[in-house]
Amino acid sequence: MMSFMKGRVLVVDDDTALAEMLGIVLRGEGFEPSFVADGDKALAAFRESKPDLVLLDLMLPGRDGIEVCRLIRAESGVPIVMLTAKSDTVDVVVGLESGADDYIVKPFKPKELVARIRARLRRSEEPAPEQLAIGDLVIDVAGHSVKREGQSIALTPLEFDLLVALARKPWQVFTREVLLEQVWGYRHAADTRLVNVHVQRLRSKVEKDPERPEIVVTVRGVGYKAGPS
Amino acid sequence: MSRDSAASAPGSSGAHAGRPVGRKTAGSRWGRFLEGGLLQGGVQGSPVLRLFMRWVRRPLLPVMRLWRRNIQLKVVVTTLLMSLGVVLLLGFVVIGQVRNGLLDAKVNASQSQATGGFAVARQKAEEAGSGTGDEATTVDGRPAQNVIQWMSDLVESLSSGGQGAFDVVTLPAGNDSGSGRGPRASGDVIAASSVPEALRERIDTDPTMAAQSYTRIFYDADKESQPALVIGKQVNDPNNDPYQLYYLFPLTQEEKSLSLVKGTLATAGLFVVVLLGAIAWLVVRQVVTPVRMAAGIAERLSAGRLQERMKVTGEDDIARLGEAFNKMAQNLQLKIQQLEDLSRMQRRFVSDVSHELRTPLTTVRMAADVIHDARVDFDPITARSAELLADQLDRFETLLADLLEISRFDAGAAALEAEPIDLRVVVRRVVSGAEPLAERKGTQIRVVGAQQPVVAEADARRVERVLRNLVVNAVEHGEGKDVIVKLAAAGGAVAVAVRDYGVGLKPGEATRVFSRFWRADPARARTTGGTGLGLSIALEDARLHGGWLQAWGEPGGGSQFRLTLPRTADEPLRGSPIPLEPKDSRRHRGLDDAGLPRGGGEKAATVPAQPTGDQGPSRGPLAPRSSAVTPTADPTALPGSGSRVVPRPASGARRQDDPPAAGGQGNGEAEGTPSETVSRPDARSEGSYEQGEAFRGR
Repeated sequence: MMSFMKGRVLVVDDDTALAEMLGIVLRGEGFEPSFVADGDKALAAFRESKPDLVLLDLMLPGRDGIEVCRLIRAESGVPIVMLTAKSDTVDVVVGLESGADDYIVKPFKPKELVARIRARLRRSEEPAPEQLAIGDLVIDVAGHSVKREGQSIALTPLEFDLLVALARKPWQVFTREVLLEQVWGYRHAADTRLVNVHVQRLRSKVEKDPERPEIVVTVRGVGYKAGPS
Repeated sequence: MSRDSAASAPGSSGAHAGRPVGRKTAGSRWGRFLEGGLLQGGVQGSPVLRLFMRWVRRPLLPVMRLWRRNIQLKVVVTTLLMSLGVVLLLGFVVIGQVRNGLLDAKVNASQSQATGGFAVARQKAEEAGSGTGDEATTVDGRPAQNVIQWMSDLVESLSSGGQGAFDVVTLPAGNDSGSGRGPRASGDVIAASSVPEALRERIDTDPTMAAQSYTRIFYDADKESQPALVIGKQVNDPNNDPYQLYYLFPLTQEEKSLSLVKGTLATAGLFVVVLLGAIAWLVVRQVVTPVRMAAGIAERLSAGRLQERMKVTGEDDIARLGEAFNKMAQNLQLKIQQLEDLSRMQRRFVSDVSHELRTPLTTVRMAADVIHDARVDFDPITARSAELLADQLDRFETLLADLLEISRFDAGAAALEAEPIDLRVVVRRVVSGAEPLAERKGTQIRVVGAQQPVVAEADARRVERVLRNLVVNAVEHGEGKDVIVKLAAAGGAVAVAVRDYGVGLKPGEATRVFSRFWRADPARARTTGGTGLGLSIALEDARLHGGWLQAWGEPGGGSQFRLTLPRTADEPLRGSPIPLEPKDSRRHRGLDDAGLPRGGGEKAATVPAQPTGDQGPSRGPLAPRSSAVTPTADPTALPGSGSRVVPRPASGARRQDDPPAAGGQGNGEAEGTPSETVSRPDARSEGSYEQGEAFRGR
């Protein structure tokens, strides 16, 4: 099982001391870190190292973190965790909207960081064959694919997890807190904006009309649930 | 002084029940009316009269209000009234002059006409006397008959000369009505009634002189009576018997002329008044319009629309006003812009500092953790150092986070994310979070008043931070004694009070506890290593909610911190469901022990307890919103609440050491006022009042 936890992590950070320290901690936890300090070179490094997860500082020389995030997301669904010094609303939301799966605010404890990384890598551990239906979508959990009338829809692993979590219990209304726990792996109530932003992103991919969602339905004042299939 | 001898002792405060505020004043007047007027059978007249006056005044109130508020109306009405007066005066003078002029001319003409007439009459009499003298002497019975005939002829001939311009009347002189010389008159005139009695007497008394008077002519026929000038004289008939001859000159023409003048004047006057009113209206509008515009723009400016300017045309005084106004607005905008820039720069700076500080701190933190995790392999000294390093890094992180949080408040960048939350849930979370510390301290945390939901629109994260701070503080300073967390909801407010029985606060400290980096006792050991910013942040959090965070304490008797939040975010706070000074304070207990009768009973009588559902109406008289008195003056007047309200800006400046007016309300124990402080949004502080007692015991 532990072997699944290991993975290649690309650290995009211009602060060499922090990058080195991250390297020490990640190696200590059994990850294989690689580093890039410049936003402009981040994409090339990403293509080269094919990481399982990207740790991305938001403030970078050259292209800033948001831009890098968008570029990586454009060609891959690999989990991206942002490192940010600013927990202010706008920064975080912009980062999440540009495609980051999760964020962690500096200064963080090494254990916290590792927990987040593990939570994002964890999903590859369960290859049980399972077929789910939500709305007019067909989800193959083991095959990691979502299809509408035979046409597959590309989702990031996180979006896929979110959709699966909802589809597994279509009768249940999920509060944001519950989704944070099930999908993101937070044990304490955290930033519910994570859920909001990712539901929006998910909807923009799977809904026919994101303005009038039928797959992921908002239950006012409570949370979200799967639409009728 | 000790806090026990507090200014707002219940006994004395009961005497301060007269509350000099808004609706309350009306209420007490009613009360006086009932007591003094009806209930005690006192002076009946004046209250009833007052009531009547109020009843009469009520429908007039909107008009009076308009009158007070509308300068244009004032000027127009004043102009109308004054010009009406002037026009009336002028009219009377002019009409008087015209009438005099008309009459003078008429009188002159009439007099000469009458004089001529009298001469003709005399002449005719002489002619007749000489012509018929023989006959008169010879035929004794005839003369009278002749005179009668002669008189009729005379009247006829005299009146025919005037062609209707006058009438002629003859009357017998004195009381002599014999010899057949009855009244005669030309043109259907009723002789007797048309000539005034007074005139006849005057002629009787002075037969040689002609006399005149004004009268009305009455006619036999269906002709209306008309005003006239009558001139009369005693004349002799052919027999040398006197009779009275009157000329009656109708004044119809003159009256017509006069009424024409009157009508013209009235019309002209009315026009003048109306026109003056209209002119006044227009002129005032010229002045008032810019003033109103200025007022409207000033309002918009104060509402934050700084780009608003007045339209300026011309170079007159109004234009100068507009220019000055615009200049002021310009400067204001400039200054505000500068401040905004400054604030933005500050925020930016804080944000940058945050980033620049946090990145190395993250590295240090991670390194420290790695070292800390490996400390079992070190020698004891290095291991302990690693522990200290990790601990102090925690503290440093908290301090940095708190600093950033407070600078966010200072920059006005803190945003409230309010949604309805049940404070019981928050309290439960906070209490369970504080349990480990409480266990270490041997303190028990009890929660009171959690039977019913205590829901308010609030930012759960901030409220939790405030309460965590209060509870942890209470446990820290509670010296192992119990800590009581009390929840309550009433009216438009919810409150959580955290009571401890530890060292308490010295006089003046209740204000200072909220100061940044303030420490109760610098020498005391701190177990949790607070940053000294916790209560400042809590205060800011409360303020952000439009709520209050207040402290009360007595040395050795513990302290109570109370957080009051409005139930809905946009509702101003008027009072708190929990009294700031707890019932088990030493002062309250001390009074009870002393057996003073004015403890609870008096209070209950002053403010009867009301069911929770009935808060709406009860709030009115208890906590009026507007008043002319300063906020510091009122709270002690409320029985026994012991609360002193200090307006926010004074929270730093005003210390307990220099008690405000309220503290010294005639009981000479001002210095001993229990120390409390209040935080509230500045805008509301003026009108908000403490009302702790109203909710006591619920």
